[in-house]
Amino acid sequence: MEKIVCVLCPMGCKIKYEAVDGKIVSIEGNRCPRGIAYLEDELKEPKRIVPTSVKVLSGEMPLVSVKTSKPIPKRLIPQFMDLIKKVEVEAPVNVGDVILRNVLDSGADVVATRSVKRISSA
Amino acid sequence: MKTDVLVIGAGAAGMAAAIAAAKNGLKVIVAERDEITGGILNQCIHNGFGLHYFREELTGPEYAERFRERLSEYTDAIQVLTDCHVLKLNRDKKALLVSPKGVFELETKVVIYAAGARERPFGSLMIPGDRPSGIFTAGVAQRLMNIDNRKIGNRALIVGSGDIGMIMARRLTLEGTEVVGVVERLPYPGGLLRNVIQCLKDFNIPLYLSSTVVEVRGKERLEEVVVAKVDEQFRPIPGTEKIFKVDTLVLSVGLIPQVEMLDSLVSLDARTRGIACSSTGQSSCEWIFAAGNCTAIFDLVDYVTREGERAGEYASRYVIGERFTRGVPIVPGENVMLTFPNFYSDVDDLTLYVRCRKPMERAVLKVGSFERVFEDLIPSEMIVVKVPRQKLTGLGRIEVTLQEV
Ligand SMILES: Cc1cc2nc3c(=O)[nH]c(=O)nc-3n(C[C@H](O)[C@H](O)[C@H](O)COP(=O)(O)OP(=O)(O)OC[C@H]3O[C@@H](n4cnc5c(N)ncnc54)[C@H](O)[C@@H]3O)c2cc1C
Repeated sequence: MEKIVCVLCPMGCKIKYEAVDGKIVSIEGNRCPRGIAYLEDELKEPKRIVPTSVKVLSGEMPLVSVKTSKPIPKRLIPQFMDLIKKVEVEAPVNVGDVILRNVLDSGADVVATRSVKRISSA
Repeated sequence: MKTDVLVIGAGAAGMAAAIAAAKNGLKVIVAERDEITGGILNQCIHNGFGLHYFREELTGPEYAERFRERLSEYTDAIQVLTDCHVLKLNRDKKALLVSPKGVFELETKVVIYAAGARERPFGSLMIPGDRPSGIFTAGVAQRLMNIDNRKIGNRALIVGSGDIGMIMARRLTLEGTEVVGVVERLPYPGGLLRNVIQCLKDFNIPLYLSSTVVEVRGKERLEEVVVAKVDEQFRPIPGTEKIFKVDTLVLSVGLIPQVEMLDSLVSLDARTRGIACSSTGQSSCEWIFAAGNCTAIFDLVDYVTREGERAGEYASRYVIGERFTRGVPIVPGENVMLTFPNFYSDVDDLTLYVRCRKPMERAVLKVGSFERVFEDLIPSEMIVVKVPRQKLTGLGRIEVTLQEV
């Protein structure tokens, strides 16, 4: 049996499994169904949620933190970071605002994880 | 000024405590020295927060925002003073507060102290060599990058493989700083396996176990860091030195509960180095309750929130007139590094936090007549159990042990 650690949440389930030709034939140790999906992805195309930040114009802070709304393929991460560095948004930004839709055709959006108010130009 | 409850610090613990007290109908003032509420959560932009409490995975700022919103639902009861530092707390229940608006005195019936933790600084490591620029604690590096939008260097080495160190390795890599390695003096990684995978393995960042920094070199800016292998007593082994050419060193070597302000008012616990609390969150000084990282360093913010709620609840009951006993001491025994709380006051079941001393595959946790088996234990992952009150009655002292099976 092979062993892998699910990284989807801090529980970090240690999943034991057997796979034949990339197909899972037995699995145990996952405390939730997301563990199965994680393992399937890990065998085919490993994916990760990417937390980072983008620049804000006229905001009370220079950055707004963001994350991908769901895991994106690991191999896209460098390309994703190149793209994200060029992005700028106008304040105000609210938590949950979509900054980029379907980024790199991954099916995931880039969403704001904090609110940044517009600087009062008084 | 007068209030029923003064909460010092508006991190996860302070916000939860304030809400719990407001729910009990009390007047609450929260003093926070930062410009916004949320504490350390604001700079932790990675995901990994809230899974227990909200049953979904949030980033630090998202978690903070949820509580900020909840706080604002109680504007009648809770007054939040940001940019406001509590300078001093006196025996007569009067606090001295400093803000840009001036200095003022506040009289309270009870204090909930939730000042969090500070990072162990470079100076405490006694590393020989120069003192150039380019050496940061992880928290400072995190703040510079995630809040102030500053790049801290081009090539970095990280000391400490706890979750914070590993998360910084990923963050630096994503932001274009090359991370040449993470150095750890223990023979195993200090943080969660999940972070070993998604923060180090994913980016091919080497982890140097049983190793430590023995010298730093550089004139103005850091130029070289010398790393050596260590023996079981963590003593560097001569001849194993390796030189890393880096301009940046990030230290993530532990958090220490912030307790200085209460030094002369309450007793501390020698193991946690935090404020010694009963299971009600009460300190050795009757009217001072405490919660969060100033009592013990918690792995997860979810636990901190629950401890804040607990302290808020009991502190309110204290204001309303209820009195609690200090309770019986809870002490770490075999294979246990530390436990929290430090005393058990017989008012409810006991929520007990335990950190083991070494990695173990399978062990039985014993607390009074309570037993439970745990698997895959590592010191960096806190065990949390609820021990029913009936299992603890009549004990004069509660010893907590972990027996390998
Ligand atoms: C880098 C890092 C990464 C983490 N990653 C995770 C994770 O992935 N998942 C997870 O669940 N947990 C994580 N944690 C743990 C969790 O975030 C913390 O345990 C928790 O947020 C601590 O909350 P607290 O309220 O005890 O302290 P803090 O957040 O430190 O709050 C204390 C507050 O008190 C204020 N204060 C202190 N003294 C005074 C004074 N005299 N007057 C006024 N104000 C004062 C401070 O300004 C601060 O805002 C992480 C922690 C760190 C440091």
